[in-house]
Amino acid sequence: MSAILPQTKPQDKPTTASAAPATTPAPPQAAAPAKALRLTIDGREVEAYEGETVLDAARRAGRDIPTLCYHPAVGRIGSCRVCVVEIEGARTLPASCVTPVADGMVVHTNTPAVREARRTVLELLLAAHPHDCLKCERNGRCELQDLAMRLGIRNARFRREKVHSEPDASSAALVREPDKCVLCGRCVKVCNEVQAVGVLGFAYRGTRSCVTPMFEHGLAESKCVSCGQCAKVCPVGAISEKEEWERVLDAIADSDLHVVVQVAPAVRAAIGEEFGIPAGTAVTGKLATALHRLGFDAVFDTQFAADLTIMEEGHELLERIKSRGKLPLITSCSPGWVRFCETFFPDFLGNVSSCKSPQQMMGAVIKTYYARKAGVAPERVFSVSVMPCTAKKYEAARPEMNASGVRDVDVAITTRELARMIKAAGIDFANLPDGEFDAPLGISTGAGTIFGATGGVMEAALRTVSEVAAKKPAGKVEFAEVRGLEGIREATVDVGGQGVRIAVASGLANAARLLQRIREGKASYHFVEIMACPGGCVEGGGQPRSCDPEIAAKRAAALYAEDGHMKVRKSHENLAVRRLYDEFLGKPGSEVAHRLLHTTYRSAEEAAPATGARKEAI
Amino acid sequence: MAAAKTKEKRARLEVASRPGEGVGTCKCQGKTPDDRYGMLDEIIAKHKDTPGSLIPVLHEAQQLFGCLPEDLQSRIAKGLGVPESEVYGVATFYSLFSLRPKGKWTVNVCLGTACYVRGAAACLEAMKKELGVDIGGTSKDGLFTLQAVRCLGACALAPVVMIGETVFARVKPEDIPGILADYAATHSSEVAAS
Repeated sequence: MSAILPQTKPQDKPTTASAAPATTPAPPQAAAPAKALRLTIDGREVEAYEGETVLDAARRAGRDIPTLCYHPAVGRIGSCRVCVVEIEGARTLPASCVTPVADGMVVHTNTPAVREARRTVLELLLAAHPHDCLKCERNGRCELQDLAMRLGIRNARFRREKVHSEPDASSAALVREPDKCVLCGRCVKVCNEVQAVGVLGFAYRGTRSCVTPMFEHGLAESKCVSCGQCAKVCPVGAISEKEEWERVLDAIADSDLHVVVQVAPAVRAAIGEEFGIPAGTAVTGKLATALHRLGFDAVFDTQFAADLTIMEEGHELLERIKSRGKLPLITSCSPGWVRFCETFFPDFLGNVSSCKSPQQMMGAVIKTYYARKAGVAPERVFSVSVMPCTAKKYEAARPEMNASGVRDVDVAITTRELARMIKAAGIDFANLPDGEFDAPLGISTGAGTIFGATGGVMEAALRTVSEVAAKKPAGKVEFAEVRGLEGIREATVDVGGQGVRIAVASGLANAARLLQRIREGKASYHFVEIMACPGGCVEGGGQPRSCDPEIAAKRAAALYAEDGHMKVRKSHENLAVRRLYDEFLGKPGSEVAHRLLHTTYRSAEEAAPATGARKEAI
Repeated sequence: MAAAKTKEKRARLEVASRPGEGVGTCKCQGKTPDDRYGMLDEIIAKHKDTPGSLIPVLHEAQQLFGCLPEDLQSRIAKGLGVPESEVYGVATFYSLFSLRPKGKWTVNVCLGTACYVRGAAACLEAMKKELGVDIGGTSKDGLFTLQAVRCLGACALAPVVMIGETVFARVKPEDIPGILADYAATHSSEVAAS
């Protein structure tokens, strides 16, 4: 029986301890809530705990009730009614995803009445959904399609003309196609509760109900931070990344262009899932081979730039502590977080590290240092990045990101888009031999690898600053206190004999809570890491979509395992980075470094006082 | 008895929609926009610490401004610390709230069952023609906003049309031009007053 005990204490709302309940690592069995209940599901006795739902208990018992609006990273919604079950004594068919278990409950998950109800619900949903699946980005990997298949839908009895809404392609990162929306509410809940951005909401009522930003504005005019969590949890093709992989193929086909690619750490921990490789497998070698086979002229690793970030950001941290500068220093690797800060917490902009994100550092280095080394004019270099993130598209498009004199990063594609490219090219990814990234910008350390998980940037920084401050090898490599998936974690670590207070937050609602505490003087730190997505980049908005509740933990574990196997695990020991300083940048914080690797921020209001479409008073 | 009941129901309806006070008539009383924004901030401050106060704030804001345009909703969202999406969701969910300016008076044509079977659809068509607008629209002169409602609780008088707080009973399509003209004439002082 212990094998089917609940793994996590179900929570309805994200809390400080965990933004997404299901991404919390399984607590030890002993810590599980004590009171066990017994219920019968399909004739089998099942043990469950108070606070669990019928769905939780049934799935653990091997009865996979179909769901649509329920998603482990989002939590309970109870809007779609696909997961209805029969409970003896109940007047109607309750939705199992929001019905708490009770002692002695007798549940039937697969009776004629249940099947009929589920099918009718689905037919009604399909009545308002376009039937042009062949042209949809989700074709073949759509939760609505899967459900229609599973429930055996063979005819559509109902047809309703929905009020047509034009797709919204205003954002650099995301595209919304409201016609495809099934009103499940996942994106609304993620945007409001998990990310505290509050752009997407339900508007109007009845048949006019829709999900939209305020006043039907495009996402570009809204306060959207481009994190893409909505696109990651959308069950259908109503929200997805702005696809740009065709542009990459065009560039590769253009013999005038020297096409360079960089890959972020979190990509290797997840892209295998798109090819049937079990979640939690790092496929670094296959990834390098696939990129070479796609025809890129040079295959680099964003982890190199992560190491470079640590050199610059570590330098900045020590400087600020020494000169009593503005503290806490807050990391700036996550463009969704940076945009969130500019939009909702502009009073903290002085705290955000002036370092560009690794993507943009790499972009600037590729079109200057590398272009010179390779003997190619920067204008002829086409720089592509593969990111677990949709906000990286927005970041690459920010007007100031042209330190090299041209666009530093020409196209940023997501992990999902790269998988599409690999499939379209007919590459049998799962059976590829392991390859390697190209020198010099493909050389990296374990510190760069863990950038992809929440706490990773902090840990990488600590590995370096603790040694630099102590002016001798500190010996300590792993900082377990900053690892984990809780939404907010804090610790005090020893840096050169000084206790440095640190905090790590992932998920923007958690970030907001942490900043609020700092603002109110209830907490103070020297160094804070914030990542926009709950769990960090491994759960970024551009990653393969998954309904596995353990997905963030599995992907993070893959990165930590990679790190553990690396010979060099500290950024300042990266010889290629040292060479870059010797040959080109001088030293961390130098004038050249500042010009290429650092940036400035502006509050959203200052940058665009009353956005164009935001009308003035009546 | 039936009349009393109707009256009671109407009274309740009036509380719910406050015709002439909520959407119909603007309470700005000639105040400049700046004054009204200050008043809005006071309204927000008054409700800020009460959970679930979004609807009352929207209601008072609409009384003040006559409708709820975007800048007001943004200000309310910021002031109350609620996401803009939530404010917009509530403002569009309830038909009481209006995003666009409304006319001086609201015309409610009842399309409830009793009114409908006694010819309300034809009255509505006549009303649309006379005002030159569709449901939800406001006549060019800014006087009348046309709404269709379900049941006003005055079924014995079907078909019923309400303008402001006045109920017109057993309306025929051909009466409509006269009803509108009379109403505008007898209530014109209201226009002058505000």
